[in-house]
Amino acid sequence: MRRFLRPGHDPVRERLKRDLFQFNKTVEHGFPHQPSALGYSPFLRLMAIGTRSGAIKLYGAPGVEFMGLHEENNTVMQIHFIPDQCQLVTLLDDNSLHLWSLKQHSGASELREEHRFTLKGPPGSPPSATQITAVVPHSSREVLYLGTESGNIFVVELPSFRVLEDRTITSEAVLQRVPEDNCNRRSCELVEALREHPKNPDQILIGYSRGLIVLWDLQNNKVTHHFLGSQQLENLYWQRDGSKFISCHYDGSYTQWPVSSDNRQPEPLENLVPYGPFPCKAISKIYWQTTKNGLPYIIFQGGMPRASYGDRHSISVVHGSQQTAFDFTSRVIDFFIIFSSEPTAEFDDPSAMVVLAEEELVVIDLKTAGWPAVHPPYLASLHCSAITCSHHVSNIPLKLWERIISAGSKQNIHYSHMPWPIDGGTNIAPDPPQRDLLLTGHEDGTVRFWDASGVCLHLLYKLSTVRVFLTDADPNDNMNTLGEDEWPPLRKVGTFDPYSDDPRLGIQKIYLCKYSGYLTVAGTAGQVLVMELNDEDAEHVVDHAEADLLQDQEGYRWKGHEKLKTRDGPVRFEAGFQPFVLVQCQPPAVVTSLALHSEWKLVAFGTSHGFGLFDHQQKRLVFVKCTLHPSDQLALEGPLSRVKSLKKSLRQSFRRIRRSRVSSRKRRGGSGNASEVQEANAKFDQDALQEMELAPVQRKIEARSAEDSFTGFVRTLYFADTFLRDSSRHCPSLWAGTNGGTVYAFCLRVPPAERRMDEPVRAEQAKEIQLMHRAPVVGILVLDGHSTPLPEPLEVAHDLSKSPDMQGSHQLLVVSEEQFKVFTLPKVSSKLKLKLTALEGCRVRKVTVANFGSCKTDDYSENDLAVLTNLGDIQIISLPFLKLQIRYPCIRKEDVSGIASCVFTKYGQGFYLISPSEFERFSLSTKWLVEPRCIVDMPEVTSNNHVHNKSGMENAAR
Amino acid sequence: EFRRFSLERSKPGKFEEFYGLLQHVHKIPNVDVLVGYTDIHGDLLPINNDDNYHKAVSTANPLLRIFIQRKEDADYSAFGTDTMTRKKNVLSNVLRPDNHKKKPHIVISMPQDFRPVSSIIDVDILPETHRRVRLYKYGTDKPLGFYIRDGSSVRVTPHGLEKVPGIFISRLVPGGLAQSTGLLAVNDEVLEVNGIEVSGKSLDQVTDMMIANSRNLIITVRPANQRNNVVRNSRTSGSSGQSTESSLPSSTPNILANFLHGEEESDEEDIIIEDSGEPQQIPKAASTGESLESLTQIELLHESTQNGFLPSSEMNLNHSAGSISMEYEVQDPDHKSEEDGTVITL
Repeated sequence: MRRFLRPGHDPVRERLKRDLFQFNKTVEHGFPHQPSALGYSPFLRLMAIGTRSGAIKLYGAPGVEFMGLHEENNTVMQIHFIPDQCQLVTLLDDNSLHLWSLKQHSGASELREEHRFTLKGPPGSPPSATQITAVVPHSSREVLYLGTESGNIFVVELPSFRVLEDRTITSEAVLQRVPEDNCNRRSCELVEALREHPKNPDQILIGYSRGLIVLWDLQNNKVTHHFLGSQQLENLYWQRDGSKFISCHYDGSYTQWPVSSDNRQPEPLENLVPYGPFPCKAISKIYWQTTKNGLPYIIFQGGMPRASYGDRHSISVVHGSQQTAFDFTSRVIDFFIIFSSEPTAEFDDPSAMVVLAEEELVVIDLKTAGWPAVHPPYLASLHCSAITCSHHVSNIPLKLWERIISAGSKQNIHYSHMPWPIDGGTNIAPDPPQRDLLLTGHEDGTVRFWDASGVCLHLLYKLSTVRVFLTDADPNDNMNTLGEDEWPPLRKVGTFDPYSDDPRLGIQKIYLCKYSGYLTVAGTAGQVLVMELNDEDAEHVVDHAEADLLQDQEGYRWKGHEKLKTRDGPVRFEAGFQPFVLVQCQPPAVVTSLALHSEWKLVAFGTSHGFGLFDHQQKRLVFVKCTLHPSDQLALEGPLSRVKSLKKSLRQSFRRIRRSRVSSRKRRGGSGNASEVQEANAKFDQDALQEMELAPVQRKIEARSAEDSFTGFVRTLYFADTFLRDSSRHCPSLWAGTNGGTVYAFCLRVPPAERRMDEPVRAEQAKEIQLMHRAPVVGILVLDGHSTPLPEPLEVAHDLSKSPDMQGSHQLLVVSEEQFKVFTLPKVSSKLKLKLTALEGCRVRKVTVANFGSCKTDDYSENDLAVLTNLGDIQIISLPFLKLQIRYPCIRKEDVSGIASCVFTKYGQGFYLISPSEFERFSLSTKWLVEPRCIVDMPEVTSNNHVHNKSGMENAAR
Repeated sequence: EFRRFSLERSKPGKFEEFYGLLQHVHKIPNVDVLVGYTDIHGDLLPINNDDNYHKAVSTANPLLRIFIQRKEDADYSAFGTDTMTRKKNVLSNVLRPDNHKKKPHIVISMPQDFRPVSSIIDVDILPETHRRVRLYKYGTDKPLGFYIRDGSSVRVTPHGLEKVPGIFISRLVPGGLAQSTGLLAVNDEVLEVNGIEVSGKSLDQVTDMMIANSRNLIITVRPANQRNNVVRNSRTSGSSGQSTESSLPSSTPNILANFLHGEEESDEEDIIIEDSGEPQQIPKAASTGESLESLTQIELLHESTQNGFLPSSEMNLNHSAGSISMEYEVQDPDHKSEEDGTVITL
């Protein structure tokens, strides 16, 4: 290490490094992992999502995003915006309250935590006395009402969180006014819901979990009305004018109650079990929305018949004779309705329903007939099928961009045209510098194209490779289509679908040529598809070829999965990328590397057995090369026999299950059994500790040998036009690097364009390099006479890159997991090396050439290597001298999937998964930085309007 | 046939001269011979350089018995420990009945023909409590054969004694290179790997560093057993206690330079096959001014001839520590029970 730091003290270079490199984690894309709470401010038109890890994220108009993290990392239980303020209060599962505010700072708004507070009871009182169950920020913005498990309601002042003890509403005080025959002590246990009167801020509706509901007068400290519900209460909702409210119950019923001055103990107007008569699940939240035409919208969560539909996650919308039960793909965390918040408006006139489910956000347009879904501009569920790989393409030409968008728009016709209803705040970030695409491959055989140019990762187009193959799943088997008179009227919404029909369909490698529109994807069962962008639907036959990678090997038997069966005859493809060639590797092992040269019309692919080259113009296999070591039994038998110790892995997974059970119990458990769970946890920890002490972790120190398994595994493939044979003539070449530290170089003869169809492409092995340290080769690169990496195919033809220097001598850079080595070409002699692992004990996981521009001068930029190590560090290494420039810790080293998912862009940015559903975006560059920058202004607040405005305040209780 | 002649003990001269003298005395001027002598323990030891020649002369008591053999028909097995007493040592034959009975004699070549397997280096610059061991994996079929683990050691710091995390050798594989050298033992603390301090590095990092350097691994350890340390006259024993704890800040650059030089010298060379021809070593593009081919590189070319050796013929150039090795083997009786531990194959 010292060796590299010491000579690095060139002050000019140090200054330049500061102008070039800078590390920032800029924004999180995708859907928050394990969301736990939702809040909405109709005043700011901002939505807030809290998560189980204590994060809080605010979203408004596209590009308007804020993120905060509670220090405690505890689950966010509730989020409440303070009416007419840029402030919100969160309740965590440790019963602490946190006040956050959006403040402007150097031209942009920032989300900051201002205060925190934990309600304390009198000494000796049980913890349930102060366990908060319901929160209402009063429209006066001065106080919060906190309902507790004990039935008492505490009043705290804002923003100081001072408890106003004289204003506490005790359950005793409430009981005094309630006729005794209907009540006992227990009826006031646990405040389930608190709602401020929409017109009269001095009245507050209190619902206790046993069914008692009282209207409390804050001025006179007395109960004005009481409503005797017989069923366990779940939630309450006021009608806009305050003349009625609606309560929903555990038995799946809801009840309307009149509020009038003449009857202090009214009877319910209506009591209904919408999905009766058989026992139903609880209705946990309900809305009653008035409209101009008189027919209200009744929207409620749950209430499904327990026996037959009890497992559905549903929200029902009833409007006159129309009724739909939206059936969500995962548990509904919470939802809210966007409706007219104009204080003068007479009716609610709901426009949209926003539903936060555990795995996705769904917005339903309530104004358009049929209630279609709205395509969200952000919060995309990246993991609707598990992500298996990703590929980033920078600086997409406008033409290709438009064609992809047009192909995607044809897929999105069933979405509503409604503009995005959550549109608070202003995005003041500069326009993204270029059009970038992030392609994600998924387990179900799809490739999703994301607009990764800016802060909002937005789905442009979805490509499915499934149609090429015959799978068990019948494409006509649609679960959604229910008959006309089906009851309940379920309708599936959302895209989250983690179940793959066939794991062999999984996408493993993607390569897109942005100039030609050629795309190649490769999958788990050795399938390689070459596709072309077509703006029209088409029906055609996919040419099919097989590449036997074990050609001259004898006596090997593949024990893994079978290859995918293909469909005979023409297949209909929708507009977009349409496959025209399918190559299937034999044995059908997972494709581990892929390269496409769109100018030469060649595609190279590698598996654990070898690699092959396919001419997609002539649709002919050029050659295959087996890279297997004769003793590598594991690679031959396929993935099934790879399990090293079944017993051990079983033991570990059981342990994991046990642990997750304990932790989930902890989450669910209220205050009652918390101590018991804690005890169990402590005991478990102790056991784990003891286990660790008994068997200390050891690591074997052994040199790598040629006999290690998977040495033939092809890790990287690279096309280059370089001097492979002699220094006077350059020729096309294909390079392949294996897990065993071998590099193969093939000299290619590609016929000139006019005879491209007539003469075959030829290949001949020219070189084989065996790295003595035998570490896996993860990158191969040729540098031209100016030590600049060779341009991508067609880059020069499109005038986007200078022609490479073909005069000076070329150099070959081989990156293994352990070392960087530069060799001369055509005679391979070693010139330079950087022994990363020997010096630092870390290994290369990902490596890319990135271009870094100076933030000071426009005319300076340089190419460096961006490297991610197995420790999660990012290092920048200079080219061609292989000097370590800078190092940043980026990903926790324990986060193996994060490290494995990392992709770098060509301009020094990158993405990695922080959860199955979220990409963290980072930047190494001072020049290219995509981060949210936005302003939330306080809308004009006219005095005294808070009385009316209040109807918008939503409780995100449960 | 016997010759008897005298030498001046105080001025023995050079080995070359002595060798010439022997050839002259025996009237065999052009015959290559092996020269050996009997030391005070009765072992037949070779004389083939100035050092062992001087040693032989100085130990003469007062007579120095010298054996001369023609090189081509020399019995190499005659050399070594216990060689002169072996026949009489009935006890050892009883205790180790399988050891010498039916085995054919092992051919041992001259020490300069040996490939080094391990060595203790930098004795002059290291504190006495530390040991820097070089393991030459190159060309050996033997596994390196050791395991490391996390642990903690006590250091003297400005704030007093402090417990700090450290990396320790947790087990030696029987028959492995590490065990056969006898220079490493279970519970030795690993301080450096090829000149890089391991403090602050995780077990996995140190593992990777060792594997990356496995062809020429230099590990600096603080042996758990401090009784076999090299004792130097230049140092007073009082200072050694302190130097143990400091991680030699003053001498580090020196060591580093040494290592880097050594590293370049003995670095593994990649192999290239051009046009499916014969494998060749990849030459260095720019000459770094080193004309000396490294020892290990030469060994590669002669690997096939080297393979004829049995493991027992490997020997330490600088220090023969067979007896220590025995001791360590005994120290690790429970290694079998650890076999099923959490060993991750890398």
